[in-house]
Amino acid sequence: MIALSDCLILGAVLFCISMAGIFINRKNLIILLMAIELMLLAVNINFVAFSHFASEPAGQIFVFFVLTVAAAEAAIGLAILILLFRNRHTINVSHLDTLKG
Amino acid sequence: MESVLFYLFGGILVLSSAAVVTVRNPVYAVLFLVLAFFNMAGVWLLLEAEFLALVLVLVYVGAVMVLFLFVVMMLDINLDPLREGFVRYLPVGIVVALVILAELVVVVGGEHFGLQQIPAPAAHAADFSNTKELGRLLYTEYVYQFEIASVILLVAIIAAIVLTFRRRADSKYQDPDVQVSVQRADRIRIVKMAAEEKATLKGDGHS
Repeated sequence: MIALSDCLILGAVLFCISMAGIFINRKNLIILLMAIELMLLAVNINFVAFSHFASEPAGQIFVFFVLTVAAAEAAIGLAILILLFRNRHTINVSHLDTLKG
Repeated sequence: MESVLFYLFGGILVLSSAAVVTVRNPVYAVLFLVLAFFNMAGVWLLLEAEFLALVLVLVYVGAVMVLFLFVVMMLDINLDPLREGFVRYLPVGIVVALVILAELVVVVGGEHFGLQQIPAPAAHAADFSNTKELGRLLYTEYVYQFEIASVILLVAIIAAIVLTFRRRADSKYQDPDVQVSVQRADRIRIVKMAAEEKATLKGDGHS
C-alpha cells in the first residue's frame, strides 16, 4: 500500500532536485525554466496525494489551476527567452544586467 | 503490486529529474523532463487522479514540452559559457538541497503521515468516473475560478504573441483605419471634357 508520507517524500525529493538545479545551472535560462516546471510538478503531487487520502476532489481542482498557470508561465517565459535571444544573441543570465539591479 | 509500481515510477521520476538539471545538452534535458512527466502521470494514476494524469500527458507533454523543444532547437546557443560555474556551485547546491530535504522528511515523514496515522481510503468502484466528478465540481462550485483560469490563458496567448511579434520592414499591409475613413472625393475625380466629333470614313468600303 502507498502511504501518504511516500507521496509527500517523493514531492520533497523532486522539489530539492529542482532547487539544486536552479543553484547549479544559474547561467542557463532554459534549464532554469525547466527547473521551475519541475518544482510546480513537485507541489502538484502533494495536492493529488492529500486529495486522494482525504477523499476530497477539491485538491485535484487546485492542481488543474496550477497546471493552467504553469502553462501560461511557460508560454510567456519562452516568449521572453526568444525576445532576449533575438536582441542580445545570448541567454546567459549573467549578461542580462541592463537594469543594473 | 501497487507499491512496486509506485517505487518504479518514483525511482524513474527522481532519476530523470536529476538528469534534467545535470545533462549538458538542453534537448536531452527536455526529453528527460518528458520522461519525468510521464512517470508523474503514472504516480497520479496510482493515486486515482485519472483525469489529471491524462491532462498531464496531453497538455504538458503534448503542448508545453513540445513548445520547449521547439524553442531549444530553434535557438543557436553556445553551450560552453552557460556551463561555467556548474562545478563551482555543485557542492553548495547539493548541500542546500540535502538540508532542505532532511527537514522536509522530518516534517512529512512516516511519523506523522504514515499509514497508521492516515489510513488509505477505500478504492472507488469500477464504474466510478473521476472525470465526471471533477467536471461537476468545476462547473458548479468552482465556475468563477474556472473562468479566471481561462482569462489567464487568454492573457498568456496575447502576451506571447505581442512579445514575439515582429513587423517586417518590407512587407505590405493594409491599414483598415484609412480604408474605412475614405471619402468619395478621394477615389473619384470628375473631369469635364468637350465631346469629340465622330471621325468621317475615308472613302466608301462597299460598291
